[in-house]
Amino acid sequence: MAIIRDMMPTFELFQPASVDETMDLLDRYEDSWVLAGGLDSFEWFKERHLRPPTVIDVSGVDELKGVRDRDGGLEIGAMTTLTEIVTDETIRQRFGVLATAAYAVATPQIRNQGTIAGNISQDTRCWYYRGGWPCYRAGGNICYADTPTAMNREHCIFGSSRCVAVNPSDTAPALIVLDAKVVVRRGGSETEYDAEDFFIGPSTDITRMTVLKPGDLVTAVRIPPDWADSAFYFEKARDRQSWDFPLVNVAAAIKVSGGTIQDIRLAANAVAPYPMRLSRVENQLRGQPVNQDVALAAGEVAIQGARPLRHNAYKLPLLRNLVMRAVRDAAVQ
Amino acid sequence: MDFFQYDSNPWGQEILVRISWDLLWAALIFGVLFVVGHLAMRKLWFPAHGATAEKAAEAKTATDDAASPAGQAGSAAGAKGDAPARVRRHSLGSRLFHWTMAAAMFVLLITAFFPLLGIQFPWLTIHWVAGLVLIASILFHVVHATLVMDLKAVWIGPSDVRDSWRRFARSIGRKGPDPALPGKYVVENKLYHHAVTVTGFGVAITGVLMMFRIDTPLFARNPYMFAEQTWGWVYVVHGLSAVGLVGLIITHVYFAILPEKRWLTWSMINGWISREKYVEHHDPERWAPRD
Repeated sequence: MAIIRDMMPTFELFQPASVDETMDLLDRYEDSWVLAGGLDSFEWFKERHLRPPTVIDVSGVDELKGVRDRDGGLEIGAMTTLTEIVTDETIRQRFGVLATAAYAVATPQIRNQGTIAGNISQDTRCWYYRGGWPCYRAGGNICYADTPTAMNREHCIFGSSRCVAVNPSDTAPALIVLDAKVVVRRGGSETEYDAEDFFIGPSTDITRMTVLKPGDLVTAVRIPPDWADSAFYFEKARDRQSWDFPLVNVAAAIKVSGGTIQDIRLAANAVAPYPMRLSRVENQLRGQPVNQDVALAAGEVAIQGARPLRHNAYKLPLLRNLVMRAVRDAAVQ
Repeated sequence: MDFFQYDSNPWGQEILVRISWDLLWAALIFGVLFVVGHLAMRKLWFPAHGATAEKAAEAKTATDDAASPAGQAGSAAGAKGDAPARVRRHSLGSRLFHWTMAAAMFVLLITAFFPLLGIQFPWLTIHWVAGLVLIASILFHVVHATLVMDLKAVWIGPSDVRDSWRRFARSIGRKGPDPALPGKYVVENKLYHHAVTVTGFGVAITGVLMMFRIDTPLFARNPYMFAEQTWGWVYVVHGLSAVGLVGLIITHVYFAILPEKRWLTWSMINGWISREKYVEHHDPERWAPRD
């Protein structure tokens, strides 16, 4: 039987005007799907692998939009587009790694539509999973990407636990190095997650990539002032220079004084099912001078413990070199 | 309620995936209903008939002793008279096995089912490590039971069936011959042991097979070791055994904390029962303690 694609299934659409209205709808319709920019959602809908009976489009909720000062840092509304983040002067000047990461996402058209909450909440791009195969992540009992004949060039080298898909977000590692908090409304309460805790791996829940559950709503991302004006680095390796998901991306925030690394936060994505903070590398680098040898050693530490699949061993030198360049070049950028 | 979960493989064939997690709720409900039902019977049924198994056993002992003036010299009565003040019921090895197995079981059930109930944590590594502990304890028990313990103590023979029927007949108010006192274990204990053996081996064997589908330091992953349908059955047996253990453990814990059974629970901690309990509940001809 032919598989019909690019046909939107029917659903009931709600377009609330406030967060409270949204939460009320989420409470009333347990199987509803929150639509932000729609770039991930519509693909799921059109492929017909995801058929929510109710869709709540939050694009009309103004309080979820915009960049605001907050406690010396920033609060970025969940529905703020990636283009707005790229062009925001405060973000560019004080938290430049986020603007760089947002600019690395896809194309201008997609950045105009895509939102910060959507970018960090998007699902994995594993084509076995996206293609509707009954893998672990889809509720089955096998990972089709981790078999001897699987095409797994883009899959993970760390953190696999039955599933080897990777998180594809470019902004996630930038938020982790900025020690950002993701604000989630759940029922009547609000929870602030450290960015690195917002993402979960398959060992915790193989069917989700974030802590978000049905009924949850990301309302904002808060960036504290702690890492403002640090030395930043972001680099994304991809097959095509435009419109492609990362093969590996690395973000760094470094505080350098007198040529010595006082403090550092490093994160990489597309190497694990979750954006991975490189704590072991950070610990090794604190108190070290910024030079080529230290950077090379950092790259080597970054790939320790990696377990490549059949077709993605290239990610080891890629991650190693990106980490090396992040450490070497952040202070001089 | 569904019993199994199915899905379609990439070739459009329907494949078995695992049991339906509805069965977890079924096992929990069964366990709770059993506990509630048993508590109700203790309150309502047994006192009315005055014929619980224990009372029947006590009556039997008293009758035996009274009917035998020279009974103190008889073999059974003699054994009772010779019994030490503390009769060893469980060796240190048995107790270590029991509690190690119990701890492993609880960790396994928590790591398996809490995530299904919405309590999320990285459960998989803890789960298979606890599984290895369970398997090690089972292997120890098999060797220990074969070489050191009395395998016949858990064997269900014709007399067990007969006495079990007599106890049941009395419990529902029918008259008939007295049930004999058991050896070391009553038939319910033996049945429970065999049920745990079957489900324990079920989770352990399928658990080892399932470890071939995940990354561990022990095996090279090989998801193609079996066909999809066979893997489905491995998952089904693992799941059925696991939810079976949920029901079994609920009933086991319930009996362990019942006031009239606590002397048995204590024996699993300190290893012994008193001479009075031994005389009251066991037939020395069927179970003669070794020390």
